Amino acid sequence: MLEVTTTHYLVLSFVLFSIGLFGVAARRNMITVLMSIELVLNSVNLNLIAFSYQLSDLTGQIFAIFTITVAAGEAAVGLGILIALFRLRETTQLDEATELKG
Amino acid sequence: MESLVANGSSILFYVFAALAVISALGVVTMRNPMYGAISLLCSFLCVAVLFLLRHAEFVAIVQIFVYGGGIMVLFLFVIMLINLHRLPEVRKYAGQSPAVILLAVLLLGFFGWFFLQVQFDGPAFARPEAFTLVDGENLGNSQAVAWSLFTRHLLPFEIASIFLLIAMIGAVVLGRRQ
Repeated sequence: MLEVTTTHYLVLSFVLFSIGLFGVAARRNMITVLMSIELVLNSVNLNLIAFSYQLSDLTGQIFAIFTITVAAGEAAVGLGILIALFRLRETTQLDEATELKG
Repeated sequence: MESLVANGSSILFYVFAALAVISALGVVTMRNPMYGAISLLCSFLCVAVLFLLRHAEFVAIVQIFVYGGGIMVLFLFVIMLINLHRLPEVRKYAGQSPAVILLAVLLLGFFGWFFLQVQFDGPAFARPEAFTLVDGENLGNSQAVAWSLFTRHLLPFEIASIFLLIAMIGAVVLGRRQ
């Protein structure tokens, strides 16, 4: 069977990235948008690990840990914003958040 | 049977890559965010297996703990907190979704074609000891990562702790009742 190379990982990571990109731009529910951002960040981690293996360099794994840290902070703040939006408008639909629209 | 053992890691890669893509599609297509969250959890666990196949054992465990444990619980709590059953049935996708699908497919085609042209110098994973070697001793991936974090990458590590503190304070302030 075909040996798994770094290219396989790059293609898989870009497929996951595209799915996440679609979720961020096309869904109207803010919870789903936040989950899609997590998908995008996760696909970046996959890339870092693949290149770390290709180059036999531990730095890629260290960087992946920092990406996970940033993803955790992003989820916490994003969900805080979601709760603030829900208190204000009783909705999680993004296009009903029009407070700043002139 | 011998071929199954010989190709074990390739088979694992294809199975878990397919599962990760299917569950990622579930995240962006499910109407109920609760099902989406479970689908996202499945995707994270599959990606953790793919990390293991690339000898990133510590990152795989961190992925399961932080994503599968922490971030998932945060999402599930918020979904339960805002009680979506009261919300009316609404359109799932925004008006620009056909353009977004086109953009995503174009990007996918271009980068997929580009990645297939890339040739890497030398064999992959030429120095397996780079992932386990600590100060000349062969100790293991977790210790190698920890050693690197607390020596060479100490400043980013401390900045990450400040970042997490700021994010925590920000989340508390945002979630506070006025």
